[in-house]
Amino acid sequence: MTDIAPAPETWTVAGRTFSSRLIVGTGKYADYAQNAAAAEAAGAEIVTVAVRRVNLTDPNQPMLVDYVKPDRFTFLPNTAGCFTGEDAVRTLRLAREAGGWSLVKLEVLSNTAHLYPDMVETLRALDLLIKDGFDVMVYCTDDVVMAKRLEDAGAAAIMPAAAPIGSGLGIQNEVNVRLIVEQAKVPVLVDAGVGTASDATRAMELGCDAVLMNTAIAGAKDPIRMARAMKHAVIAGRDAYLAGRMLKRMYADPSSPLAGLI
Amino acid sequence: MRQIQLNGEPRGVTAATISALVEELSLDPRKVAVERNLEIVPRSLHAKTPVSDGDRIELVQFVGGG
Repeated sequence: MTDIAPAPETWTVAGRTFSSRLIVGTGKYADYAQNAAAAEAAGAEIVTVAVRRVNLTDPNQPMLVDYVKPDRFTFLPNTAGCFTGEDAVRTLRLAREAGGWSLVKLEVLSNTAHLYPDMVETLRALDLLIKDGFDVMVYCTDDVVMAKRLEDAGAAAIMPAAAPIGSGLGIQNEVNVRLIVEQAKVPVLVDAGVGTASDATRAMELGCDAVLMNTAIAGAKDPIRMARAMKHAVIAGRDAYLAGRMLKRMYADPSSPLAGLI
Repeated sequence: MRQIQLNGEPRGVTAATISALVEELSLDPRKVAVERNLEIVPRSLHAKTPVSDGDRIELVQFVGGG
């Protein structure tokens, strides 16, 4: 009998190995308790987090780390809101001091309307961060040539936006995502743009190593249920990718034998 | 009283060290990171690092983000 459940499958980024291929954000939830429940339902091992000033007027506000605990999840600090390489380095040095992690997500934004990254500045920031000892997963455009530049510069993972952050539009350029996957020797993750489960499945069918999402879960009517859907979607897409899909053909091919008809 | 820039706002504080400042603000030192005049102050040096007039200090924490 063949295995119904194949051997556990893992992926590795910057020497760290994970079995979950779904990274979830921690923004936009109703509260941190819902956030933690969604991360659990997603089966996530990595969560992205932002670095912000402490609220000095109310130091008793709930804190993320009291709900989404750093001993349960690998924190992936981001540079959301940074527009220059220097801002990104400053933010991530603080993140490293706050939590001690060197694995980070770099995003250097260009414009607040579409939140696409400034890739020239991103490449420069990547260089600064690597010199400072960080392992950098890079949010980028789905530009195949720029993805190669990032990899050559030492990116730990390439993370193209499938569509604008928070848009839920799904993968806008499957050809580019696939070309990036085929050329990369480091993990490729779709980061941003996923709207529903089938988008996550599609990313995995294209050969991505993992998917990173926030709003698709946090913005669902029932975030916990959507987190669970995304978990299954990513597993299904990965299995379909590894199984190797059938060839597409133009005309029908009956599944029942033509011989022996009464 | 020392006059400093704390998280971008002018503020008078009595604390003479970073440790004392974190305590004065009722913050848990394990959950915040400190930058003084654009330099990280490692947690191990909080007690030894002075707070001086004119210092620009940032106190940050992790919050939800994507």
